[in-house]
Amino acid sequence: MSIQANNISKTFGGYKALDNVSLHVPQGKLVSLLGPSGSGKTTLLRILAGLEFPDSLDQSSIRFHGEDVTAVPAGQRGVGFVFQHYALFKHMTIESNIAFGIHAKPRRLRPDKHAIRARVEELLKLIQLEGLGKRYPSELSGGQRQRVALARALAVDPKVLLLDEPFGALDAKVRKDLRRWLRTFQEQIGLTTIFVTHDQEEALELADEVVVMNNARIEQVGDPQTVYDHPASPFVIEFLGNVNRLSPGFRPNRTHKQALYVRPHDIELFPGDADAGSWALDGKVLHVFAAGNYGRVTLQRTLTGEPLEAEIPRERLRKLNLQPGDPVKIRFTHTRVFEQIDATHQELREIIETE
Amino acid sequence: MISGNKRAQPNRRILPGFGLSMGFAVTYLGLLVLIPLAGVFIRASGMTWQEFWTVVTSPQVVATYKITFGVSLAAAATNAVFGLIVAWSLVRYTFPGKRVLDAIVDLPFALPTAVAGIALTAIYAETGIMGRWFYALGIETAFSRVGIYIALTFIGIPFVVRSLQPVLEDLDPEFEEAAASLGASRLRAFTHVILPGLLPALLTGFALAYARAIGEYGSVIFISGNMPFETEISPLIIVKFLEQFQIAQATAVAAVMLVASFVLLLGVNILQRWTESIGRART
Repeated sequence: MSIQANNISKTFGGYKALDNVSLHVPQGKLVSLLGPSGSGKTTLLRILAGLEFPDSLDQSSIRFHGEDVTAVPAGQRGVGFVFQHYALFKHMTIESNIAFGIHAKPRRLRPDKHAIRARVEELLKLIQLEGLGKRYPSELSGGQRQRVALARALAVDPKVLLLDEPFGALDAKVRKDLRRWLRTFQEQIGLTTIFVTHDQEEALELADEVVVMNNARIEQVGDPQTVYDHPASPFVIEFLGNVNRLSPGFRPNRTHKQALYVRPHDIELFPGDADAGSWALDGKVLHVFAAGNYGRVTLQRTLTGEPLEAEIPRERLRKLNLQPGDPVKIRFTHTRVFEQIDATHQELREIIETE
Repeated sequence: MISGNKRAQPNRRILPGFGLSMGFAVTYLGLLVLIPLAGVFIRASGMTWQEFWTVVTSPQVVATYKITFGVSLAAAATNAVFGLIVAWSLVRYTFPGKRVLDAIVDLPFALPTAVAGIALTAIYAETGIMGRWFYALGIETAFSRVGIYIALTFIGIPFVVRSLQPVLEDLDPEFEEAAASLGASRLRAFTHVILPGLLPALLTGFALAYARAIGEYGSVIFISGNMPFETEISPLIIVKFLEQFQIAQATAVAAVMLVASFVLLLGVNILQRWTESIGRART
């Protein structure tokens, strides 16, 4: 089921949560709404679910596979919604929780007792919690509760699955496991899925497509590699992954009016007395830490005192044998500048230096 | 030290020790509640069993039990329903005058009950502002059981509202949204999702309102008309005995009320524990 949302605006009191947002989600994709808190991502998800409605039902439209559902309430939209804090019904067993949506169907659409039982068993198996159906939510761990919430949403055979910060309340280890599980799970069932997150790593690792949101607007939509490699705005480059931001006009022979961005892995280091070309900058090593294949070097630019983070291959780092306080030459292999085209539009210009 | 397992566990309770706080609780309750109540039984025990039985089962007295316990039940049940609506409105919605309305809920606590009784009688009498409409419909709202019901409902409402409010404030709207997104109707969401969570608090409020109504005297005597067998409540017949210096008879009726109230409250308490135990305290 594809989703098409057009011109969605939403204000709460005087606060603009969504400002004329449009979004297309293709059939069967796993899409992430990524942004800092207050960017409108959860509001957008809730509007897609039918838990909130756009300010104007005339100007905005939401279509599920072409069918207009703008004014259809949550229960009839055919969406499965998983809440951040699961919202499991505490006084019901896991089984009853999962079967809730089936029991809520009108009598003529409701399957018989045996069919409901079988469906619940099937879902318990799917979420790998067989045998725990008689327990209560308070007897399960956070990760287990999250999966029950998912099973409950899936029980009504939704056409779209919506998850609000699905891993937000879990600890790091469980989060990683569950993330991987959700990925394979989504591929298995092929359900169009949208999840909200503020964790860029989560979005890039999990999603087929990332929708970066900021300030009630969508900044960029694209697959993870594209948004990472070709960010559409300074916000996106700063929000996704680590990046060094250098003040405008950072070197004497070439002046930039805009800030310049360099990813830590696009930095090369040379000994302080080496000839690293005319574009190299002078700097000082503050801190070195090597874990895995890459070492992290914290630097300070001599001229301006700006701090820089560099990721250097371990082999190279050993050759350089850097100690805190050592002078170094810094060279950027790939830098990005956003040039102001007009008042609202900025264009990315990439500078790849291979001298 | 590993061998030091004989050392006492560090005490993490806020009150200084179980012994002291429990002793205080028992003494306090004893002085304020148990000893005066025991006095009722001691007084009543001055009678022979035969005398006691004749007093407490005399037709006029039995009629008052029925009225007191029956009408109180109706009033408390009414408050359970409408008190829930009031509490819901106060917690879930913002509207002008919300704080004023919130304060009004407590007025029946503060008002001397005699004042309430006189005010209610004036309003619900045949010529009163409200009474004239009810009388036109053929409902006698003053000097009747309906009048008693009105007075008992009046004094019981704060108990239900105040018991429910904190629980409702803790109730995340997410649960209703979850029910709605799963296709549940409003009614189903209420009966299957919201109500089970509210039931313990609702029962507490109901029990408090019921207990208060059973013991209520001041407001009722003005509006009820106090006709024996018709609108006479048990507290009133106790006062009547006392006025005739029939103290033993008065305490006999009091003892019956006490036991009956205790059994009822205990029953509600057990019911409340049971509803609370579902889904909670199972960790």
